[in-house]
Amino acid sequence: MTDYMTAADRAVPSDTADKPFLVVDDLTVQFPTADGLVQAVTGLSYSVKLGETLGIVGESGSGKSVSSMAVLGLHDAKRTRLSGSIQVGQTEVIGASEQTMRKIRGSEVAMIFQDPLTALHPFYTIGAQISEAYRIHEDVSRAKAKAKAIEMLDRVGIPQARSRVDDYPHQFSGGMRQRAMIAMSLVNDPKLLIADEPTTALDVTVQAQILDLLQELQRDFNSAIIIITHDLGVVAEMADEVLVMYGGRAVEQGPTRELLVHPEMPYTWGLLSSVPDVAADTDVALIPIPGNPPSLLSPPSGCAFHPRCAHRDKVAGDLCRTELPELTAGVRGEAHLKRCHLANPDSIYATEVLPEIAPDLVGLTLDTTIDVRSRDDIAHEGQ
Amino acid sequence: MAGYIARRLVAAFLVVVLTSMFVFALFFLGPTNPAAAVCNANGRCTQEKQKLIEHEMGLDQSVVTQYGVFVKGLFVDRTVNVGAAYHCDAPCLGISYGSRTEVTKELTQLYPATLSLAIGGASLYLIVGVLLGSLAARWRGTAADRLLVGTSLTLSSVPYYLLALVAWIFLYLQWHVFPESGYTPLTQNPAKWFTGLLLPWLVLGIYGSTNYARFTRGSMVDSLGEDYIRTAVAKGVKSNKVIFKHGLRAAIVPVVTIFGLDFASLLAGTIFTEQIFDIQGIGHWALDGLQAPLDFPVILATVLVSAILVVVANLVVDIVYSFIDPRVRLA
Repeated sequence: MTDYMTAADRAVPSDTADKPFLVVDDLTVQFPTADGLVQAVTGLSYSVKLGETLGIVGESGSGKSVSSMAVLGLHDAKRTRLSGSIQVGQTEVIGASEQTMRKIRGSEVAMIFQDPLTALHPFYTIGAQISEAYRIHEDVSRAKAKAKAIEMLDRVGIPQARSRVDDYPHQFSGGMRQRAMIAMSLVNDPKLLIADEPTTALDVTVQAQILDLLQELQRDFNSAIIIITHDLGVVAEMADEVLVMYGGRAVEQGPTRELLVHPEMPYTWGLLSSVPDVAADTDVALIPIPGNPPSLLSPPSGCAFHPRCAHRDKVAGDLCRTELPELTAGVRGEAHLKRCHLANPDSIYATEVLPEIAPDLVGLTLDTTIDVRSRDDIAHEGQ
Repeated sequence: MAGYIARRLVAAFLVVVLTSMFVFALFFLGPTNPAAAVCNANGRCTQEKQKLIEHEMGLDQSVVTQYGVFVKGLFVDRTVNVGAAYHCDAPCLGISYGSRTEVTKELTQLYPATLSLAIGGASLYLIVGVLLGSLAARWRGTAADRLLVGTSLTLSSVPYYLLALVAWIFLYLQWHVFPESGYTPLTQNPAKWFTGLLLPWLVLGIYGSTNYARFTRGSMVDSLGEDYIRTAVAKGVKSNKVIFKHGLRAAIVPVVTIFGLDFASLLAGTIFTEQIFDIQGIGHWALDGLQAPLDFPVILATVLVSAILVVVANLVVDIVYSFIDPRVRLA
């Protein structure tokens, strides 16, 4: 299994490094419904550079998929209120015409969906679906497009691509379908690949293969990747940067290694705690985050996480309930942002959270090397 | 595939045989005696005379024997006695009690009218219905969608015969919008064939399309909500192509089922349409056969035709399915 540290250490050419390919600024997505306004995403900002991977983590309904679908303009314009800015390359996506969007979709930005069985059309062959994606953006003959489809299937490791190209999705196994989906999304060399829970529908061994494939392809194509997941193991392996979302907002954001080693937001602690430890005694109870995800129709006052937060009493004056914390730099520098009122998250994490989830690490928290490796292991076990 | 079709054909054959037996049995258990009608037609009827006619017609034999005679007549010529002796060429479906002509000949003579009517009407309602339904699904929730669904519901709540009658009275009789009504064989005069059938086609097509529009709309709304539609959009496919290629391909499957059966019932004769627009087809013919005294050979023939059409339509629908949906394997 690839160590995430190699991902973080991967050199990015300096000329592209300065300019992120995707810049999302103050994105808000709302859906007016009969019951009221669903505030799916509020004030979200992030950016991704070519060759880099951003991991977006959160529970179902945290807004992670909604925000990335907005990048491709996949929301029904009549049922969605969008504000803020999304820049893909030099193009502003919000408010862009269908024609502009069609040029971006599949060509500049491609998406890999969660469940390849439902995301591929059951009545068309794999080859036809890949060729179609290719011919939308390239003026080539059917025969050339089919040759390209075979080449792509071969590239993502489908054996006997020449004959399998005429198969229908139901004739492929789950892992092969996801490979075909990846082949389809990469057929036009997109600069940004959005993978929406690409491994959730797959079994564990196939998951690892698919993640390795994505990393390999990223190295070859130098594309930017956004990987949406609720699996911290996937994030640890893949991502250079992490964005943790809760209730439609970013609650913690920073470089993967820094964020996973020194999480500063109780929700992130909860996510880490809920990763089961395979090496532990089987009688040890799992540590779930208490309560349910917040309603997006009437979000909780103040910090959206406060009803489920075990540490809200440590903040003076009922602040968690009354005031929404800003997303600001935490105690460890400008790169690591958190949305939390807690003044001393590091010491709370070290004294209260860590003993519960990894007792063997207590007291060693200042020794980053040991800590990183163990944290990585814990994260991997969750896959 | 060939084995499947062979098995289905055997099953279809059995269904048709059972239907014919059932109709035969029903007729003999029923209250009318064809001999009485023949007897009365020839002037004063006595008990003895009727007995004699019954014997001549073979009605005094057992049902099984009579059925045997009927089946044999399908393969070899036979002589049928209906008051007098008539020659009947194979395949013989009997001699009509009313017209005293061979049922098979009448059937083949009347069938082109019904076939013309059915093909025109069904094509029209399928095409118009599916198109409108797809557009309504695409513009779901808009005024156009509501107008379409509303019109469709209003139109289908009007009884068909009333709509057909009103159309005939006003568009043909009163305002002469359509110059012709009635059936002229295609081989005789193609222009007259077309103009004569135009009004019934339109009435049948528009009335039928309302159901197909609503049905297609529902099926399309489902298919447009599928993940693969989002995938197509994310690939950059144009929205018309998303709707009519990716969406309709999946949405058409349940529509095909209903269409197969509807088309079969149209082929078996549309009584109202043929009656109102004065088209001499088999619906008209069956209706005449049902007037007292019952014209049993005609009724049997029309029932057999319907049974054959329905089982064949079902078979065709299943085969078409396997072409539309590659996941369906016929075996």
